[in-house]
Amino acid sequence: MAEIALRNIVKRFGSLVAVNNLNLHIRDKEFVVLLGPSGCGKTTTLRCISGLETPDEGKILIDEEDVTNKRASQRDVAFVFQLYALYPHLTAYGNIAFPLVAQGLSKKRTRQEVDRAAQILRIKHILNKKPRELSGGDMQRVALGRAIVRRPKVFLLDEPIGTLDAKFREEMRAELKKLHVDIGATTVYVTHDQVEAMSMGDRVVIMNLGVLQQVGTPHEVYNKPKNLFVANFIGSPGMNFISCKPLRGPGGKLALRLPVVNTTIAIPDETQTIIIDKKKEEKDLVLGVRPENVIFSRKEKSNHLQTRVYVVETMGSYNITDVRLGDETIKVRTAPSILPEVGETVYISFDPQRISIFDEETGDSVV
Amino acid sequence: MSIFKRSKENRTRNGQVYYRPMRDITLLRLFIFPTIILLIVINVFPLFWSLFLSFSRYSAKMPNIWGKNPRMIGTANYSRILTDPDIWIRFITTAKYVVLSVGGEMILGFGLALLIFRSNFKGKGLITTLLVLPMTMSPVIVGLMWQLFYDPNWGSFNYLLGLGRIDWVSDPARNLYSIVIVDIWMWTPFVMLLSIAGLSAIPRYLYEAAEIDRASWWLKFWKITLPMVYPLLLVALIFRTIEAFKIFDLPMGIVGRGAVAPRLLALHLYNVSFVTWKTSYGSALGYIMLIIIIATTSIFIKYLKKAKQ
Repeated sequence: MAEIALRNIVKRFGSLVAVNNLNLHIRDKEFVVLLGPSGCGKTTTLRCISGLETPDEGKILIDEEDVTNKRASQRDVAFVFQLYALYPHLTAYGNIAFPLVAQGLSKKRTRQEVDRAAQILRIKHILNKKPRELSGGDMQRVALGRAIVRRPKVFLLDEPIGTLDAKFREEMRAELKKLHVDIGATTVYVTHDQVEAMSMGDRVVIMNLGVLQQVGTPHEVYNKPKNLFVANFIGSPGMNFISCKPLRGPGGKLALRLPVVNTTIAIPDETQTIIIDKKKEEKDLVLGVRPENVIFSRKEKSNHLQTRVYVVETMGSYNITDVRLGDETIKVRTAPSILPEVGETVYISFDPQRISIFDEETGDSVV
Repeated sequence: MSIFKRSKENRTRNGQVYYRPMRDITLLRLFIFPTIILLIVINVFPLFWSLFLSFSRYSAKMPNIWGKNPRMIGTANYSRILTDPDIWIRFITTAKYVVLSVGGEMILGFGLALLIFRSNFKGKGLITTLLVLPMTMSPVIVGLMWQLFYDPNWGSFNYLLGLGRIDWVSDPARNLYSIVIVDIWMWTPFVMLLSIAGLSAIPRYLYEAAEIDRASWWLKFWKITLPMVYPLLLVALIFRTIEAFKIFDLPMGIVGRGAVAPRLLALHLYNVSFVTWKTSYGSALGYIMLIIIIATTSIFIKYLKKAKQ
């Protein structure tokens, strides 16, 4: 099938740099998700791959062939638009058949291919309906049908389920993943929803302000975020951050001093070594802890920090408790049975094996 | 007039006079009634009066004597019109005029719209405005102006096209086409404007989807552009057909209503009604034209409704 390589892609709209020097290699049959907040350049990147936009600088290769200056119609890519972009005056059948008609396929073959696509997407019963008679989910399926009927080398999906309601989105997520497995085409999927990205992607590409932040498997981007942006963007809720500074304690051991609460917390030996090796001993750092790695207790314990409960959000299978640590709010994930009162004094500590440390100045990960 | 009404029971308290404001419904009637009365007097009454006249013998020039002028003669006017061999020539000439002028306007107007909409040059707005100018002129003036252009002796039309001394105005074999040319010149911008409006309403993503689907430009035009602009083209077609069918001012300005004038229905209607003063005959002819226009447009409107679904 197809490999995609983006080399030093730059795309500007007037003075705005939508994509800034992007390098990315997408392997054959891979499901890659471009993730980022709105305006981060993910859709522009996708449109550059499709040929609907031409990058100002850089090269795009599909299967090692330079397609940078080729039109979308010459690239053998299928694109599913955010708002479906179905032809309003054609029936669902006409929409799905459109790329085949454009190819000049015989009527009989066209019908066979459309039927096959309709079978996969389970939309045989709506083939005679026009787009305005269809629900959002069905329109989405028709748009997918139009994409898969051609058996393209590359699938490009631009927030394809962003407009569906939450329940249905979950369903479609699984369906899309299954579709990718069935068809096996290289797929690039754009979304701003990190749950979608984490659940569907083989690899996740995180972008912000046109710049690539991190590429990795969902596990990697979650557990080893490369910088503060990724750490905060991935995860729901995102990572907690507390300003800190390394400090030599008794016995020459390195600890982290948290100015907000005027306390010092111990860190494992290997973390100390890394901080020293990376020459960050003198720098202002940021301690990052995921909500589930905050140890929570309602009773006083040694090495725990005393805090006060601010808000409790019940999520069903877990609770998120916001506690105040000086001026900072720390989100703590607790078991659903733990329901502290607002204003109650509680105690927290951080799992030393699961903390991240970032350089405050650059935002880059240290540990 | 004050909108406050003085009423006896409201003249109270300390000898001070109070006014009760007018009720909304009264105010409403005050605004609506003049319009309704005006409509009845200048539209509805003449409609029914002329319908009545079409079944009688009547001349507006003669004194009204009930039973004599008008005198009821049933459908005689209609049968006279429909059995007149000349009238069929007039129908055909008018139909020819409609087909040629409206056809030309639709093709040229839509073509120009495509050209202007797709291109992106400086002064696009100015060119569009200039193209629209003919439409803004008075048809009678346009007619007289073109009469000068067409003059075989010193008109610039023949000169500019290098055609020699062709008589565009008084040659009955040709003057229908000279009016068609002016009609097209004048009303193509109208079709163009509506088409541009239609083209601008087509979302760009449809063309992007078609590009991804590897459609040729012809397929994009045939499957996206045309069907999406079609309802507005139909609206233009309806307006132009009605107008062209009852065209009067242009031929009157260019050729006049004399013997060499093309045999257009509206010119004939004018001659019958206001030159020979056969008012009732003219009424009947007017009704026949009305029925034809309503029948034709209702077919178009049926397609329009279908297209909108």
